[in-house]
Amino acid sequence: MSANFAALLYLVSGALFIMALRGLSSPATSRQGNMYGMVGMAIAILTTLATMQLSPLVIILVALGLGIGAAIGGMAARKIAMTAMPQLVAAFHSLVGLAAVFVALAAFYAPEAFHIVADGLIQPISRIEMSLGAAIGAITFTGSIIAFLKLDGRMSGAPIMLPARHAINIALGLALFGCIVLFFMNPVWLWFWAVILISLALGFLLIIPIGGADMPVVVSMLNSYSGGAAAGIGFTLHNTALIITGALVGSSGAILSYIMCKGMNRSFISVILGGFGGESAGPAARGEAKPVKQGSAEDAAFVMKNAGSVIIVPGYGMAVAQAQHALREMGDQLKKEGVTVKYAIHPVAGRMPGHMNVLLAEANVPYDEVFELEDINSDFGQADVAFVIGANDVTNPSAKDDPTSPIFGMPVLEVWKAKTVMFIKRGMSSGYAGVDNPLFWRDNTMMLFGDAKKMTEEINKSMG
Amino acid sequence: MEAIDPFVSLFGIFVLAVFVGYYVVWNVTPALHTPLMSVTNAISSVIVVGAILAVGVGALASGSVVAMIFGFLALILASINIFGGFMVTSRMLAMYKKKDK
Repeated sequence: MSANFAALLYLVSGALFIMALRGLSSPATSRQGNMYGMVGMAIAILTTLATMQLSPLVIILVALGLGIGAAIGGMAARKIAMTAMPQLVAAFHSLVGLAAVFVALAAFYAPEAFHIVADGLIQPISRIEMSLGAAIGAITFTGSIIAFLKLDGRMSGAPIMLPARHAINIALGLALFGCIVLFFMNPVWLWFWAVILISLALGFLLIIPIGGADMPVVVSMLNSYSGGAAAGIGFTLHNTALIITGALVGSSGAILSYIMCKGMNRSFISVILGGFGGESAGPAARGEAKPVKQGSAEDAAFVMKNAGSVIIVPGYGMAVAQAQHALREMGDQLKKEGVTVKYAIHPVAGRMPGHMNVLLAEANVPYDEVFELEDINSDFGQADVAFVIGANDVTNPSAKDDPTSPIFGMPVLEVWKAKTVMFIKRGMSSGYAGVDNPLFWRDNTMMLFGDAKKMTEEINKSMG
Repeated sequence: MEAIDPFVSLFGIFVLAVFVGYYVVWNVTPALHTPLMSVTNAISSVIVVGAILAVGVGALASGSVVAMIFGFLALILASINIFGGFMVTSRMLAMYKKKDK
């Protein structure tokens, strides 16, 4: 195949990837979009094989590699629980990062196969491109591993603060820059490996101080980085499919990070600097003398059955308790009683963008009953019951009316405007921001203490 | 004027694609942000192109074995992502249903 024809096919594959993202503008077109993505990938792989000089060994290795990948990836995709999606995405990011590092290393050891040799050496522009690809890939790799461990609960979600970490990071950043310059001037293995090792350390150090609750930003950011790594390698290979993809993924991750930061009213810089949002940051509820109004499952069932409309507000606690199926049953029972049921999703509910939507979809909640914050906030005033399950900070009125609160300014779901607010919580502890929610002590609030799933099931029983 | 370096035209494609990505991604409905992440993950594994090229070094007489090994490892990693990413995305997307009336 001629190089020109191959380049055109890579362009087609890049265009199909754009179509894949375009499809996600609505659930109705999304499946078709995913198909475009797969076709684009197949074209890219076949085009590459068609341009190469093949030997039996190469064919066997390629088939073997694809086969192993298909087996492992397919199994992971089938087995994974929807609640564990953030971990899976973090794990996948780490693989893209490491793959970028390996491809860059392969390009270093066999530059002639990548057509980047000039005068017997790797050509100067490629030295920068491959260093950047490898560096971003390595940062993505170790950063995503840490994010995976934190999301999977194998490592505490609490921020780990090293003394002088900013100084260490700045020093490493400068060293990284220095090694890239040295590699540019003299493309020997020492500087290239130094670039990779420094970046691996940097990825690790950048993510450990970031707390569990900031993970939606981190996961989005690492998504963006993996795009950067792909683009870096794309420039090395002069491959438009990779460059287009890198640009798409880079901007996608950046936009998601921005949306997440806005949802928390935090600047991107303050998230990256870390130290916020440990699972148990801050003191537990201050010992208020005022008692809260506690309700039972029967009380909750009675109030909701006689309500005209109920808005359900799910949060990370619902995901932890795997309560989405019980919750949908509750919604069905209420609908049978003639109650209008809607779901309200805060942008940062859960551990990754759109986490709650996937869980509700898994439980067969129709997506046209699920609303985003700005679309539903005005409805709470007319709602009889706001049913908050496993969410806390995203409903805290202090964000609106208490300028001294650490979460002041964060957009929140105005559940307090509903006639009755119900909170399913395990106990009185504060949310991840370590802030008390004054709603708990209001007269129209009913606290339902217990595991989110068990409590919802009990409500279902009482309603039946 | 001398000829334009290929890097410049590639960079032009990159910049335009960033703009395309910006507008396309803002159009993605927030309900599908998780599938967006998994599908971007899958497509960024198009890095597999580089991995396959590196494995192809095995067909050259002067090929570096080290490059081939790195290429093969990258091929496995990227393939896990390609298959896992697209499959988990379609599994998720299959769950999004409208109210049946």
